[in-house]
Amino acid sequence: MKINKLILSFISAVAILLSTSVVSFAKVVGDKIVLGAAISLTGKYSSNGVHTQNGYNMAVDRINSMGGVKVGGKTYKFEIIYYDDESNPKRAAQLAERLISQDGVEFMLGPYSSGLTKAIAPVTEKYGVPMVEANGASRSLFTKGYKYLFAVLAPANLYLDVAIDLAVEKNNGKPVTVAMAFEQDAFSQDVRLGVLDAIKRTGSKKVIDDKLPKELNDMAATLVKVKQMKPDVLVVSGHTKGALTAIRQIAEMKVDVPMLAMTHCDAAKLSKQHGKNSQYALCASQWHKTLTYKDDFFKNGMKYAADFEKEFGYDPPYQSAESSAALLVFKDAFERANSFDKKKVRDALAATNMQTFYGNIKFAPGGQNVDKPMVLFQVMCDGSGKCENKVVAPTKWASAKLIHPVPKWSER
Amino acid sequence: MVFQYPMITVQACLDGLLLGILFALIAYGMALQWGVMNIINIAQGDLVILGGYIAYFMYLYGIHPAWGVIVSPIIMYFIGVGIYKLVINKVVDRDLFISILATFGISILFMQLMNFAFGADVVLANSGYGTTMLFNNNVTLPNSKIFSAFVSIVFAICLVIYMKKSKLGRAIRATAQNARAAKILGVDTEKVYAATFGINAALCGVAGALISITFTIHPYMGLPYTIRSFMIVIVAGLGNLPGVAMSGMGLGVFEEFADYILGTEFRIGSVFLLLVLILVYRRFKLSRKREYLK
Repeated sequence: MKINKLILSFISAVAILLSTSVVSFAKVVGDKIVLGAAISLTGKYSSNGVHTQNGYNMAVDRINSMGGVKVGGKTYKFEIIYYDDESNPKRAAQLAERLISQDGVEFMLGPYSSGLTKAIAPVTEKYGVPMVEANGASRSLFTKGYKYLFAVLAPANLYLDVAIDLAVEKNNGKPVTVAMAFEQDAFSQDVRLGVLDAIKRTGSKKVIDDKLPKELNDMAATLVKVKQMKPDVLVVSGHTKGALTAIRQIAEMKVDVPMLAMTHCDAAKLSKQHGKNSQYALCASQWHKTLTYKDDFFKNGMKYAADFEKEFGYDPPYQSAESSAALLVFKDAFERANSFDKKKVRDALAATNMQTFYGNIKFAPGGQNVDKPMVLFQVMCDGSGKCENKVVAPTKWASAKLIHPVPKWSER
Repeated sequence: MVFQYPMITVQACLDGLLLGILFALIAYGMALQWGVMNIINIAQGDLVILGGYIAYFMYLYGIHPAWGVIVSPIIMYFIGVGIYKLVINKVVDRDLFISILATFGISILFMQLMNFAFGADVVLANSGYGTTMLFNNNVTLPNSKIFSAFVSIVFAICLVIYMKKSKLGRAIRATAQNARAAKILGVDTEKVYAATFGINAALCGVAGALISITFTIHPYMGLPYTIRSFMIVIVAGLGNLPGVAMSGMGLGVFEEFADYILGTEFRIGSVFLLLVLILVYRRFKLSRKREYLK
């Protein structure tokens, strides 16, 4: 018993020693620019957290190997300190504090999800640390007057309003009826607000407006209502589980609706794993590899996708692409600021106006990217049952023609 | 809306009944172990999800997930016995509070382990069963739901027969009635407890496999299943299988109607509310006498 206690106190002594003697990093060490990031490597966001981290790492390697960042006539390389935020907003805020006040990080990359970005933004704002984030799209992030927050992605309210416009266009400009099912979380509700705006703008009518719970795995009730009321458009947003549940139950219940628009189709791997069941679904996406944006580091989307697949063994979801883009933005800002002063870098970020493989980037005063439209792709299958995502809107980037209305289940 | 579209009522009732049978199966496992060893297993839902993952992995490796209803309970039985040997038998003679804490801990552990091992993605296993259309296609019943209700009934019947006829079944019932007397008469109560926990886990395995075929699974989705089975058990009482089946189906239908009338956002909420109401109404006493013997 005594020995046990002795060992225990020894272990705790070592633990305390280790935790206090962590080497303190400064913002720029030697030829390294140290960035900090809290990422969800465990917990409910862990899969998207890993996509984010892979995107960051891919860009860091690429920029470093292609000459790094030139500031004041000297070249620097990027390095990122990661901490696991366990998908927990409180933890993310603590880690942001730790990165800034203990590790001395002066430039931050964003975490995954709107919720965690919301938790971190007040901290980076307090210390005046510029943060470029790639995975927080909630509109409320950009209405708080944050000065040091920059998002390379389009805000959430723009995700699905395109779909309503498209439906109206296909209806010869006449208003349509819309059924909506959105999860009750910050992101999905922002998507909903965008759809509501579009409904109002086009004089359309909402016939169903269901809110889905967090523990969602059954939306039969909503779909039965859809079946009875026969709306022109069904809009669903509830992260991966919303997309999966909707696709499974729409196919099982043979719900016929002329247009089905969703978010998170690629995260749910619909076209790969659920093939024909997901056929004709319209999906909002921040990015698609067939878009023809260009930059010097990744060339274009197709090249990026190929390189990414070579390194990580899977097709990059947009979460990875936008995370890579965040690093390109930082590099550009450092070089234009020609300084490591936080204020100067912040001003340079605010003046960003560039094209990356991911899209054009130009920040509004609120911090959101206003120069990159969302794209809609449609799941299309060939005769052999192999399905692919094809961009159908906006027309400028379209690689296929929208199939509308969706054929009835009885005719498939 | 329910009156405006009469077919919705039919659909809701059928959906609810099929769903309720599945709930009843999970609840029966809980009732069994609650009755025998007076342990309220908070990890019930997590065992269900784990069972679902077993079926999902079979599906990934190209085996039809319906076989999961055979394989999953076998694996889960041993996991259940393992949990009993490692944790439960150390707390089973303590008061109820300790056992709730212990199973709560197991629940958190399982959630995190599943998240760690299988990732945080929402997954499902496609059964490829079609859909049954009724009433001029106005009511649709996915065959997977019918399949899951059917399998649940089969397993429930098998279990009832097993409990009545087999030696272990009789020992379990004897222990539930009076552990001291059973022990005096030569029943190895320790073994009975382990087997009970194993059977409960196996039932969860069946239910999980069915849920992966019918709905979706996710490491953090266990709690609603625990709550539902807890509620079904306190409505029906322990050791009352017809009661469990009835209250399971009742809960299923209640949930569907709550979904239509109040909206999907209140679905789980209404279950919790109902739980509170029933607890208040029945003035349920959790301080039942403990009958465990070392």
